Amino acid sequence: MPTIIRKIWDRHVVTERPEGLCLLYIDRHLVHEVTSPQAFEALRLASRKVRRPLSLLAVPDHNVPTSADRLERIEDPDSRKQIETLRENAREAGITLFDMDDVRQGIVHVTGPENGLILPGITAVCGDSHTSTLGAFGAIAFGIGTTEVEHALATQTLWQKRPREMRITVTGTLGAGVSAKDVILAIIGKIGAGGGTGYAIEYAGEAVRRMSMEERLTICNMTIEAGGRFGMVAPDETTFSYLSGRPAAPGKAHWESAVAEWKTLTTDNGASFDREESIDASRISPQVTWGTSPEDTLPVTGVVPDPANQPDPRVRERMERAMRYMDLRPGTRLTDITVDKVFIGSCTNARIEDLRVAARVARGKKVADGVTAMVVPGSGLVKQQAEEEGLDTIFLEAGFQWRLPGCSMCLGMNPDRLKPGERCASTSNRNFEGRMGPGGRTHLMSPMMAAAAAITGRITDVREVM
Amino acid sequence: MIEQFDTLKAVAIPLDRGNVDTDAIIPARFLKTITRTGLGEGLFHAWRFDESGKEVPGFTLNRLPYRSGKILVAGENFGCGSSREHAVWSLMDFGIRAVIAPSFGDIFYNNGLKNGLLPVRLAPGEVRDLISQLQEVPGREIYVDLPAQTVTGPDGKGYPFDIGSFPKECLLKGLDEIALTIEHEGEIARYERDGKAKSPWLFLDI
Repeated sequence: MPTIIRKIWDRHVVTERPEGLCLLYIDRHLVHEVTSPQAFEALRLASRKVRRPLSLLAVPDHNVPTSADRLERIEDPDSRKQIETLRENAREAGITLFDMDDVRQGIVHVTGPENGLILPGITAVCGDSHTSTLGAFGAIAFGIGTTEVEHALATQTLWQKRPREMRITVTGTLGAGVSAKDVILAIIGKIGAGGGTGYAIEYAGEAVRRMSMEERLTICNMTIEAGGRFGMVAPDETTFSYLSGRPAAPGKAHWESAVAEWKTLTTDNGASFDREESIDASRISPQVTWGTSPEDTLPVTGVVPDPANQPDPRVRERMERAMRYMDLRPGTRLTDITVDKVFIGSCTNARIEDLRVAARVARGKKVADGVTAMVVPGSGLVKQQAEEEGLDTIFLEAGFQWRLPGCSMCLGMNPDRLKPGERCASTSNRNFEGRMGPGGRTHLMSPMMAAAAAITGRITDVREVM
Repeated sequence: MIEQFDTLKAVAIPLDRGNVDTDAIIPARFLKTITRTGLGEGLFHAWRFDESGKEVPGFTLNRLPYRSGKILVAGENFGCGSSREHAVWSLMDFGIRAVIAPSFGDIFYNNGLKNGLLPVRLAPGEVRDLISQLQEVPGREIYVDLPAQTVTGPDGKGYPFDIGSFPKECLLKGLDEIALTIEHEGEIARYERDGKAKSPWLFLDI
């Protein structure tokens, strides 16, 4: 009686060594410009070839500017060089590239799924920790370092130790103004930033079953923020209907047999996990992080915690440090914190549904004075769809910037970043020190909450402005 | 690209912080390189240097006995967050060859093994012990013995640690993992043949 994790894992074992170390076959490999150049270079030095180039997709996302003139010029020569290197490596190896002028270009974890590249039951890797996103289809998808990128390029396999298995069951119904982002933040708050270390996680329960693919992608995306190796949701009709007709999904010739196989990808009744957790969705409020770890999350109705109440001196010290960095005082109501910038985007929350719910909050309102707010669609296709629906007009009329797709402010690597001391309401995934730019301060929240913060200029309970 | 690791006796640097993420180890703006070298400059950049680029004298890595340190002793969940292998490269470029912590981000742990930066998991109490000894007398040494799988603290107390037998062998011999995997080429090809027959849609070209 295996779990879904075990079923997919076992199907991909080419050979196994003692201690559960498996040579796993890799079905899909996505590459971006930051973590791949050294891997391609090492292959060249060893006179090795990319084993199955047509199983790969290359797409530049981390470095790309999100300004309209980016095809004419990228000012930073190092960024330009990385993007050019990706282009050359893809061409030389015969790998499909969604280049900057391709409407399919976008954040790798957005563009992969929407083009049907990620299917139930597959293994997928990318030199990027947020590859966990792709588990939403019921796949084993995880981030790897550059040496493993090289290994996967050369052999189409990776040596991986069997994971411990955890099931997180989300019961109940989400309240109004509460989203998948709030659920995953609440989960991370509960199990901690290292709580999932060594584990693969299956997200289950009625609340997850009711979620759209976009929402499941958001949940799985932040699995890594709890330290999990990968996260997944068993495929169902929602998954199948999302995939049907996507360019790289199985076509008519294979569709029926594919779906029949996908339907077997569930955790058997009575299968046992190494750990079980559950959370009641109906008790989750919109979440906001106050500190410098995604585990520092609270309901928006809360106040900045007081380290003095912490019995463990190491925890106390960490909280004090986070508070100094964030320039916050204990007892401050979260809704009294003002923001300078608002960022709606990233591989966590830049899909069409994210933009729709944010636009609903922004419609007919104005961005507060002194606040710079930007919306960065996750891909050219998301941007196109949003424009067909008129979402760009709603955002622009409200005073948001409407930008070109890319990772943007999430990681402070391209021109979009925070200045020292700036405070940002962000739909991204990491509030680490300096993540969005040196000295920048990040409060993580959902797209609805970020839109509300843009309108009022402070952290706001979106339920009050809906 | 694995650098061989056998035993190491060196000055150990206490970094008594949990959840040290790879953005803190090396911020993203230092990742705009297509090589693996020269990344030591970016190591812990926001903590080592102030806004004007001057060294922060109080930060542990800037203090004299630690500049030649080769072992880092840190809090739980070290190397969490981004998969950037640059974190490992920057630590190694600075001279670090082993990190001792109660737990590690899984991707960082693997990246360390693949490069010859030895990640050592010890119990939280044992790590606290080591850190307080190092803080009492800065500049003390720790001995890491990979063949014996032990760490010996400044006070001579030994701590055994676990490591997989395959990564251990790769580290001890400095083996090229890809060459080892290619020995399984026959099995990989057979897997693909069987897979194509059973689930052809998994092998569609992009």
